[in-house]
Amino acid sequence: MQEYKLAHPAVLPQLPKAPTGIEGLDEITEGGLPLGRPTLVCGSAGCGKTLMGIEFLVRGVLDYHEPGVLMTFEETAEELAANVASLGFDLAALQADKMLRVDHVHIDRSEIEETGEYDLEGLFIRLGHAIDSIGAKRVMLDTVEALFAGFPNEAVLRSEIRRLFRWLKDKGVTTIITAERGDGTLTRQGLEQYVSDCVILLDNRVIDQITTRRLRIVKYRGSTHGTNEYPYLITEDGISVLPVTSLKLEHQVSDEIVSSGVPELDEMFTRRGWYKGSSILITGTAGTAKTTLAASFAREACRRGERCLYFAFEESPAQLIRNMRTVGIDLQPCVDQGLLRIEASRPTLNGLELHLVKVHKLIKDFKPQSVVIDPISNMVSVGSLSEVRSMLTRLIDYLKVNNITALFTALISARDGRMEMTEEGVSSLVDTWLSVRDLEGIGERNRGLSILKARGMAHSNQVREFIVTEQGIQLLDVVIGPAGIITGASRLTQRMQEQARLVAQQHEIARKDRELERRRRVLEATIENLRTEFETVEEELRQVNNEEQARQQTVEQNRTTIGQGLTTTQLPTPPADAQRPA
Amino acid sequence: MIETRETSAAETAPPDGETWELRLYIAGQTVKSVTALANLKRYCEEYLAGHYTLEVIDLLKNPQLAEGDQILAIPTLVRKVPEPIRKIIGDLSNEERVLVGLDIRSRDDR
Repeated sequence: MQEYKLAHPAVLPQLPKAPTGIEGLDEITEGGLPLGRPTLVCGSAGCGKTLMGIEFLVRGVLDYHEPGVLMTFEETAEELAANVASLGFDLAALQADKMLRVDHVHIDRSEIEETGEYDLEGLFIRLGHAIDSIGAKRVMLDTVEALFAGFPNEAVLRSEIRRLFRWLKDKGVTTIITAERGDGTLTRQGLEQYVSDCVILLDNRVIDQITTRRLRIVKYRGSTHGTNEYPYLITEDGISVLPVTSLKLEHQVSDEIVSSGVPELDEMFTRRGWYKGSSILITGTAGTAKTTLAASFAREACRRGERCLYFAFEESPAQLIRNMRTVGIDLQPCVDQGLLRIEASRPTLNGLELHLVKVHKLIKDFKPQSVVIDPISNMVSVGSLSEVRSMLTRLIDYLKVNNITALFTALISARDGRMEMTEEGVSSLVDTWLSVRDLEGIGERNRGLSILKARGMAHSNQVREFIVTEQGIQLLDVVIGPAGIITGASRLTQRMQEQARLVAQQHEIARKDRELERRRRVLEATIENLRTEFETVEEELRQVNNEEQARQQTVEQNRTTIGQGLTTTQLPTPPADAQRPA
Repeated sequence: MIETRETSAAETAPPDGETWELRLYIAGQTVKSVTALANLKRYCEEYLAGHYTLEVIDLLKNPQLAEGDQILAIPTLVRKVPEPIRKIIGDLSNEERVLVGLDIRSRDDR
C-alpha cells in the first residue's frame, strides 16, 4: 500500500490553475488562481481590488487569449474604462474585438419595490448570456455586495449568491469576486463563507507616513501557496506583487570571474576577482572611498563592453561623473557609449517597494550585466530595518537569478563599535564582503581595505592600505614593521629608514669590495715576489747544474783525448768509433 | 419578444389619460412567474382597464433584453410609462404594495 502511494504521486493531477499574468502573483499562488473556480479578493477602500480584477481579465485576453466578462455593480463601463486607461488597458478596443464584455448592473434601491417571492435568475441570465456570447473563460464581479444595498431580503440574497457561485463553478469560468473588507471579518457581508476555494486579502497600511499595500493569500484550497504578506504596488503597468522573483534558492551559478576594477584588489582573491553574478558588499565609515571603489567596478565593467546600471542615492549623475574624474575614473565615455546608466534619486522619493519595482523595471529595460547601488544604507530613511532587509533580500535574489553581478555600498557607523555588522544585516546575503575603514594613527588617518568574506574562494587576510590617486585607487604594498602592518606616516618613516639602511649597506659592501681588491693586490704582489725569487733561485741552480755538466764534459773529453792520444797516429777514427770505448 | 399584448377597453377613467406601458420579465414558466403574471393581469384589469399595454418578456428566450432594463430579479415588473420608471420585484402577491409601487393606489386615494 505504502509503495503504491509512493510510486504514483507524480501521476496525481495537480489542481489546474489559471495564470493571472499579474507580476508576482503567479509566483505566490504557484501558478495562478484555481481554474474554473471563484476567487474572492477582499480589502478596504483604495486597495486596488477592482484593478486586480480588471488586470486579471485584460492579461487573460492579451497574454492567454481567454475572453473575459466584467460585471460591475458600482461603476459604469465608461468610468471603469477611464480609470484603467492610465494603466494602458484599452477596454473599449478589447470590447470591440469581442474579447471582453463589460456589463454594468445598476441597482437603485429607490426604484425597486419588493412584493412576494423572487429570485435573481435575471442576473444569472445576464451573466450567462455575456459569458456565452464571447465564450468567456474569465469573469469578474465587482462587487457583488452592492446587491445587499439593492435587495432588502437578505435571506433570498444569500441563498442566491450561494447559488451564483455554485453556478459559476459549474460553468467552469475562473472568477474573481471583489468585496469590501468588514469589521473583524474578511468581507462586510461574509462572502467568504460562499467562496471557499481561494481568498486573497489586500491591505493598505500607513506606517510612518508611508503607505504600503500588502497582499496575503488567506486560503487556497487544494494548493500550496506563499503564506506571507507580500507588498504590492500599483504602477503604470498595473499591479506588481513582490517578490517579483523566485522564492527559492535555485538559481544557476557562473564560474566566470570578473574584475573589481582595481588590479591589486583582484590580486587579493585567489581567483583574481569575484564571481560573475555574485553580490558584493562594501561597507565602510564616511569618506572611505566606497563610491570610488564602486565607480572603479562600474568603469571596469564598461571597459569589458558590458552594461552597468548605477543607482546613486546620494549624488546626481553629473556630480558623480565630475567627482570620479578627479580620481582618474572617467565615466563619461561609458555613459556616452550607452554602457553605463546612472540613476540618481533620493531614497525618500519613493517608498521602499516602489524603489524595488523601479529597480526591477530598469533592470528589465536596460538588461545590465552588473548593478551598483550606492549606498543601500540610506534606504533606512524610508523604511524600517526589517523592511529594508526584506527588500534587499528580494533584490539580491532577483539579481542572482538573472546572473547580474551586484555591488552594494553601505555606510556604517564607526562609533557603535560594531564595525562588522551592517545595519541591514544583508551581510549574510552577499557573497563577498569588503570592509574599508579608517586606520587612525597619531595625527593622521589612512584608509585600509580588507576582505571579510569571499564565498567560494580563498582570499588574502591582510588589511591593505590604499590611497586614492589621480589614477584611481591604488593599493600599497604591505609593509610590516616591528609591530605588524604599518601605514601612513609610519610607513613613510619605515621606508626612509629602510632606504637609509640600504644605502649604508651598499656603502659597506663597496668598502668590503675595495678591501678585498686591496688584499688581492697585496697577495698578487707577494706571489710575484715569490715567483721572482724562485726564478732567481732556479736560474742559479740551473747555472750551477750547467757548469757542472760542462765541467764533467770537459773531464770526459780530456779523458778520451788522453786515450786517443795513444792511438791517434795509427788509427785516425771518426767520432763514432771514438765513442765506442767510452 | 412579446409574449402577450393585451389592450382592454376602458371602463373606468385612466388615472392620467395616457397609456401605461408595463413590462413583466420572467424566466420560463416557473411558479413565481405564472403567479406574477396572473396577479398583474388581475390588477391591470381592475385599475387600468383599457389604458395599458403589457409585454411579457421571457429572458430564457431573449437573454439580451435583461441588460436594457437592468433586470436582476425574476420576476420583475417595470413601469416604463408614465415616468419615472418603477420596478417591482417578486410574484406581485401583495396587492397593496403593487398598487403603491405603481402609484395607482395613491392616485386613487386622491
